[in-house]
Amino acid sequence: MPKREDIKSVMVIGSGPIIIGQACEFDYSGTQACRVLKAEGIRVILVNSNPATIMTDPEFADATYIEPITPDFVEKVIAKERPDALLPTLGGQTALNAAIALHENGVLEKYGVEMIGASFDAIHRGENRQLFNAIVDKVGGEVARSFVCHTLDDCEKAVAELGYPVVVRPSFTMGGTGSGIAYSEDDLARIAGAGLSASPTTEVLIEESIIGWKEYELEVMRDKADNVVIICSIENLDPMGVHTGDSITVAPAMTLTDREYQHLRDLAIGIIREVGVDTGGCNIQYAVNPADGRVIVIEMNPRVSRSSALASKATGFPIAKIAAKVAIGYTLDEIPNDITMRSDGSSTPAAFEPTLDYVVVKVPRFAFEKFPGADPRLTTHMKSVGEAMAIGRNFTEALQKALRSLESKDAAFDWHQEWVELDKDALLAEIEVPHDGRLKKVMDALRAGATADEVFDHTKIDPWYVDQLLLINEIAEEVTAAPELTPELLRKAKRHGFSDVQIGKIRGMSADVVRGVRHALGIRPVYKTVDTCAAEFAAATPYHYSSYDEESEVAPRERPAVIILGSGPNRIGQGIEFDYSCVHAALTLSEAGYETIMVNCNPETVSTDYDTSDRLYFEPLTLEDVLEVVHAEEQAGPVLGVICQLGGQTPLGLAQGLKDNGVTILGTSPEAIHLAEERGAFGRVLADAVLPAPKYGMATSFPDAHRIAAEIGYPVMVRPSYVLGGRGMEIVYDDAALEGYIGRSTEIGPAHPVLVDRFIDDAVEIDVDALYDGEELFLGGVMEHIEEAGIHSGDSSCALPPITLGKAEIDRIRTATEAIARGVGVHGLLNIQFALGSDVLYVLEANPRASRTVPFVSKATATPLAKAAARVMLGESIAELRAAGVLPMTGDGGTLPADQPIAVKEAVMPFNRFRSPDGKQVDTVLGPEMKSTGEVMGFDADFGSAFAKAQAGAFGPLPTSGKVFVSMANRDKRHMIFPIKVLADHGFEILATQGTAEVLRRNGVQATVVRKHYEGEGPNGEKTTVQLILDGDIQLVINTPNGSASGSSARLDGYEIRTAAIMANIPCITTVQGLGAAVQGIEALERGEIGVRSLQDWARR
Amino acid sequence: MAAAILVLEDGRTFTGEAYGAEGETFGEAVFNTGMTGYQETLTDPSYHRQVVVMTAPHIGNTGVNDEDQESSRIWVAGYVVRDPARRVSSWRAQRSLDDELRTQGVVGISGIDTRALTRHLRERGAMRVGISSTETDPAALLERVLASGEMAGSELSSEVSTAAAYVVPAHGEKRFTVAALDLGIKTMTPYRMAERGIEVHVLPATATIDDIRAVGPDGLFYSNGPGDPAATTHQIEVLQGALADELPYFGICFGNQLFGRALGFGTFKLKYGHRGINQPVMDRTTGKVEVTAHNHGFAVDAPLEGTTSTPYGEASVSHVCLNDDVVEGLELRAPTGSASEPGRLKGFSVQYHPEAAAGPHDAAYLFDRFVQLMEGTV
Repeated sequence: MPKREDIKSVMVIGSGPIIIGQACEFDYSGTQACRVLKAEGIRVILVNSNPATIMTDPEFADATYIEPITPDFVEKVIAKERPDALLPTLGGQTALNAAIALHENGVLEKYGVEMIGASFDAIHRGENRQLFNAIVDKVGGEVARSFVCHTLDDCEKAVAELGYPVVVRPSFTMGGTGSGIAYSEDDLARIAGAGLSASPTTEVLIEESIIGWKEYELEVMRDKADNVVIICSIENLDPMGVHTGDSITVAPAMTLTDREYQHLRDLAIGIIREVGVDTGGCNIQYAVNPADGRVIVIEMNPRVSRSSALASKATGFPIAKIAAKVAIGYTLDEIPNDITMRSDGSSTPAAFEPTLDYVVVKVPRFAFEKFPGADPRLTTHMKSVGEAMAIGRNFTEALQKALRSLESKDAAFDWHQEWVELDKDALLAEIEVPHDGRLKKVMDALRAGATADEVFDHTKIDPWYVDQLLLINEIAEEVTAAPELTPELLRKAKRHGFSDVQIGKIRGMSADVVRGVRHALGIRPVYKTVDTCAAEFAAATPYHYSSYDEESEVAPRERPAVIILGSGPNRIGQGIEFDYSCVHAALTLSEAGYETIMVNCNPETVSTDYDTSDRLYFEPLTLEDVLEVVHAEEQAGPVLGVICQLGGQTPLGLAQGLKDNGVTILGTSPEAIHLAEERGAFGRVLADAVLPAPKYGMATSFPDAHRIAAEIGYPVMVRPSYVLGGRGMEIVYDDAALEGYIGRSTEIGPAHPVLVDRFIDDAVEIDVDALYDGEELFLGGVMEHIEEAGIHSGDSSCALPPITLGKAEIDRIRTATEAIARGVGVHGLLNIQFALGSDVLYVLEANPRASRTVPFVSKATATPLAKAAARVMLGESIAELRAAGVLPMTGDGGTLPADQPIAVKEAVMPFNRFRSPDGKQVDTVLGPEMKSTGEVMGFDADFGSAFAKAQAGAFGPLPTSGKVFVSMANRDKRHMIFPIKVLADHGFEILATQGTAEVLRRNGVQATVVRKHYEGEGPNGEKTTVQLILDGDIQLVINTPNGSASGSSARLDGYEIRTAAIMANIPCITTVQGLGAAVQGIEALERGEIGVRSLQDWARR
Repeated sequence: MAAAILVLEDGRTFTGEAYGAEGETFGEAVFNTGMTGYQETLTDPSYHRQVVVMTAPHIGNTGVNDEDQESSRIWVAGYVVRDPARRVSSWRAQRSLDDELRTQGVVGISGIDTRALTRHLRERGAMRVGISSTETDPAALLERVLASGEMAGSELSSEVSTAAAYVVPAHGEKRFTVAALDLGIKTMTPYRMAERGIEVHVLPATATIDDIRAVGPDGLFYSNGPGDPAATTHQIEVLQGALADELPYFGICFGNQLFGRALGFGTFKLKYGHRGINQPVMDRTTGKVEVTAHNHGFAVDAPLEGTTSTPYGEASVSHVCLNDDVVEGLELRAPTGSASEPGRLKGFSVQYHPEAAAGPHDAAYLFDRFVQLMEGTV
C-alpha cells in the first residue's frame, strides 16, 4: 500500500516555545517530519512560533509561518494555504490541542482539511480518561481504580472510596501540569483545586495510589494495514510517583521476564488498535507491582512524545520519520530502515522491532538553583528542564556516563577521601522522598553500609539497580584500597564507567595523571555502533558510543574531518538555540566537503539525529570523553580541529583543555576566549579601544565588595565570574543587601571572585550578534530590549531592527563591536551586550561565541549566521561568503532595508511549574539571573503587529476588551496619557493606582482606583491589584517600575504585579515603548488586520 | 573468579571469566538477539549442541523459575554473556541463573566482547567453538575445537526427543486429538494447542506412521528441533505417509523443514541463521507483517513465487522473512484442478515460533488456523 496520492499538501504544527515538559524533542520530531514530507514531493506548510528551531529554517518547509500557535492564527494560515491534511502528532501537546480546537470549532471541516497521524476520535479516546479506561478493560488490562471529578466535592467523595494517598490527574494538560499526590485533605484541596483550573475541561481524575510500583513505557508504531511494532521498552529506575520526565530511565527494560514483557506488549497492541491510532506512533505507560506483578495501564499519548525522541536515539529507529511516512499512507514493510543493510546492499524494512546490545540511561537535569524556595521534591508534576542520555555496554557504564553528562558538579558519584561522616539512618530517611540528587544519596547510604534490601524498602528502587550501585561502590572501594592502580583494576573501573576525574579523586591524583597512566597502559575506549539490530546486520550509519570493550567499529575515512561539540543537556540559559548553531555548522560543512563529526549527549536534539552529521558520537561533553573521540577520529583519518564556539558555555569551557592536549581549536582561540571572559584582560581591550564600560571591581570578601560598591555607588550588580545565564546575579541597592548576597555566596574566595558592577539604571539595553573574520565585521543584528536594563537578556523581549535607535547609534555600535572583535581576536561569532544610558554606550559584556539570539537574528534577517560562522572558522572570509551567496552581497544586519519586517522576541517563564514546599508560588521576580526556558518570535511589517503576535505566542492573545490595570512610574506618566486614552476609547475599563488614576482623570480618562499590594485587602474586602490579577479580573497589566529608588516599595510592587501577571498568564507591559506597541497591536487585532505571512513570502518581497 | 577462554574454529580467541559450571565444552557458536527470554532459550531443545552468545549484555536479572521452562533441562552446549546478574530481581524468581547453569553442568564464559564475537559470526558464519575454564592455551583448545562434530549433517532430534509418549490433555472440552512428534518440542507448544481444546499426544521422534494412526488423530504436528534436516529420513517418510492419509498437518521450525523435504524441496544451512524475537515475517496471504520469534540455522529452498506440484497437492511459500527473503512458511493445498474442493488447505508449516516462548504473540493465530484446518473451515 504505497503513499496516498490524494494528499498534496500537509500542514505541520510545531510545539511553540520551549517550556518544561515540552522541549526541543519536538523540533527533532517536526524537523524529521518536514524532511520526509518534502522528500515525498508534498507541499509542507509549517506553523511554529519558536524561531530557535531547525524546523523553522526556510529550507525545511515550502511555507514557514513563524506565527502564534493559537486557533485564530492557525486558521488564518489554513485559509491562506488550504492544505489537504493536518499532521498534529509531532508537535507535542501544543499541536494536538491546537488541532483539537480547530476540529471543534469547525475550521478543519470548513476548509476540508483531514487530520492525519491520529484522527480526532483517536486523540479523544486516548486522552479522555473514561473512554481510555474502557478500552484498557476491553483489551484485558487494568487501570488504577479512579473517579472522574469536576468539583472539589466530587474529589472528596472519591477519596472516601479510595483512601489516602490518591493521585490527582487533570485532563488534557501537558507534562503532567497540575497533577500531584495528595496525602491529606489539605493536599487534596490544593492539588485538585489547581488541577481543575489547569484542565481545559475542568476535569481531574482521583486515582488509587500505585506509588512505589515499577514503571515502564513502551513506544508503539502502527500503520494503516494494522501492522504494529514496539520500538523500545523503557524502565524507570525511580519507581511510580516521580514523573517520567524527572525519572532516571533505562532502555531496554532490565527487570522483566519475557512473559511479563510480552504481556505489556500485547496490551500495547490492543490499546493502540482500540484507540485507533492507525497511522503513527504513541507511547503507553504501565505500573507493575513488584510484589505480585499486577499490571496497571497508566496512560497513553496518541502522539510522538519526549519518550519517543529518547527511544529514537536509544534504538536508532527514527520514530518521527517513520510516523510521518505511515501518516501519508506507507506501510511499515514498505519503509526502509536506513541503518541496516542486507548483504545485497539494500535495506531491511522498518517493520521490525529494534534490539539493543547496550544499555541506555537517561538522567534529568533540574534547575532548582534558579528558583530558590521551590520545592525540590519530585512528584508526578514534571520539573526538570532538560536531560542527558548515555550509552554503555552495561548499566554501570551507561549510568556513570549519563551522570557526568549532566555537567553538574553534584551529579557524578564522588568517593573523595575527605567525605563527611555518613549516617546510614539519616540517609535512608532522606532517600525515601524522591528529590534532585537522590541517586547520589542512595550511593552514600550504601557507602554507609545500607544493604540493597534496605535501600529497596526505603525507595522501592528495584533491587537489581541497587545492586548495580553496590557494584559501583565495591569497585570504588577496590580502587581506594589497592596498593597500586594495576592495569586490571583500572580497566575494571573504566568498564563500569568511572571517569579519570573520579579515579583521580579517589587516588589523590589529577585527572591528567590518571589519563596519562591509562594511555601509557593502552587503556582506551572503543567505539561501538547503534544499529537497531544488535549486530545481526551490517550498519550503514556511523552512530557511535564509547565503551571499554575490545573491538572498535570506527571506519577509516579520507576526507578531512571537523569535530563539532554540542551543548549537552538543556538547562536554563543553554538550550535549543545552541543546538541550532551546531546543526547549521554540520549542514554547511558537509556541503563544503568536510566530514562532520558531532559530539553531544542530549537526546532531545536535532544534532543527535544520526543523519544530521556524517558521524555522531553520543558521548558526555567532558574533556576526557572528547579527547578520546578526537583520538579515535585521528586514527580514522585527518582531523582539522574542533569547533567549540557554537554549543554555548559547555564546549567553550573545554577549549583550553583540548588545546593544552594538542587539539586544534577552530575559530576563536582559547586565549581570545579568556581575554573576553576575564574581566581585567577585557577591561584592557576596552581601554585600548577607548570604549566605556560600567565601573566595576572584583571582590573576594565582603569588605572588598563594600569598598568597591562605595566607589561605584549603588545600585550595583553582583555576580560570580564565569557563568552562563546570569547564574547567581543580583542587583543590590544597599549595604545590607550586599552583605546578604556575599553571605549566601559560599564559594567566594580568591579562586571564585564576585564581580561588582555599576548598574546602569534607566538605560536601553542592546544585544548584538556579529561575525568577524579577522579583517571584516558582519553585523548580524542589533536587538533593542523592550524591558528596562537589569533584566537578563534571555528573559527580556527585544525587537529587531531596533525600534528607537537611529543610524548614528547603530554606527557607534558597529564601531565598538568591530573594535572589540579585533581587540579580543575573534574568529567567528561574537555577542556583545551594550547599555545606552544618557547617550553613553556602555559595553556590558562580550561573549566570543554563538549566542542564544543567533537563530532569532538569522530568522529575522534571513541570513544564516551560524553557517557563515562555521565557514569563517574554517578559513573563509566574509567577502568570500558574500560571493558564495551565504551572506548577502552587500550590507548586513546593521543596514537593513526600510521595508524590513520587525521581529519581536518574547521570553517564556516556567514559574507556574514551581511551588514552595508549603504550596505557595515561588518568587517570580525577574532580574539579572536568567529564568526563562524558551522564546517565541512575532514577525510582521510593523512593530505593533509583531508585538501582538509575540504576546499571543508567549502568553495568549492581547485582549481587545475588558479591564486594564495601569501603574506608571512618575517619569512615564506624561507618556501614558495618549495610549491609555486610546484603550479607554476602545471600551477598556481602566483600573489604576492612586497616583496614576489622578493623572489620568485630570486628562479626561476615567480610572477606578485599586489598592496596592502592600496596602493589603481593604476593610470591605476590596481586592488588591495582585488579587484582582490572580482572580482573573484583569485582562492586561501595564506597569512601568520606578527604577530609581533602591528597593522602594513601588519597585517591589511592580514585581509583585508582574509575578501575578505571569501566574495568571496575562500580558504585562513594563515599558512605555511596550505600551505604545501593545496599543498598536490591540488596534490591529480589533481591526482584524493582523495577517500571516510565510518566511518564504517575506523573502520574496 | 576463574579465567576462561573461548576459541572459534578459525582461531579467534576471547578471554573472559568462567560463568556457570567450570570445565570445557564444544558446540556450534550462534548468537541470539532477544533482550528477554534467556530461560526459555536455554531450555529450548533446538539449541542442543549449540553454544549460544547472548547479544543483550545483562543476562540473569530475573533469575530462573519453574514456570518458564520450555523443557525439563537446559540444552545449550555452552553459554556466552557479557554481564551476568549478581542479584536476581523478580517476584517469580526461584533461583539464580548462575546456580542453575552450575547445577546442570553448563559451561559458560562472561565478560567478553559479545558484540565483537557476534560481528565475527555474522561476517564469517556460524562455526564451531570451544569454551574452557580448565585450558589456558588457546592453541590446545583450538585443536579440540577442530576435532569436535559439525552441525551440518548431524541428526540430533533423536537425542532430545521424549523416550516415551505422553498426553497433554485439552483445557476444557476436548475438541480434537493431535499426534505431535517430539523432535525437540517446547512446553508452550502443546499448551497453546491444549488451550484450544486439543488433546495432544506427544510421541517420540522414532514413532512410526502406525504409532500415529494408533492415536486416532485429527491432525499431525511436527515440532521444532535441533540438527540438519537433510540428515533426517525416518520422520520424512512418516510425514509422507500421513500426507498420503490426508491427515491435516501443522509444523513448526524443524517441522517446516521436514515438511519442505517431504514435499520434495531441498534445505540449506544459513550463514548465521535467525535467532531472536524481533524478526519481521510477512504472511503473503494477508500482506500483514508479524513480529516473530526465530531459532533456525537451516532453511527450506523453495521458489518464493508460484506453486509447485507435489504428489500430495500444490505447495507454495506462505510466509517470508522481510529481512532476507528466507522461506518462513509453506502451504499445501488440494490442486486447483482436482475434482473435490480445489484449493482446500491440507497442511501448513512455519519456520518460526508461533508458540512464542520467548517472543511476541503475533503469530498465535496459526494455532487457530490448525484448528480450522482440522475443522475443515479453512
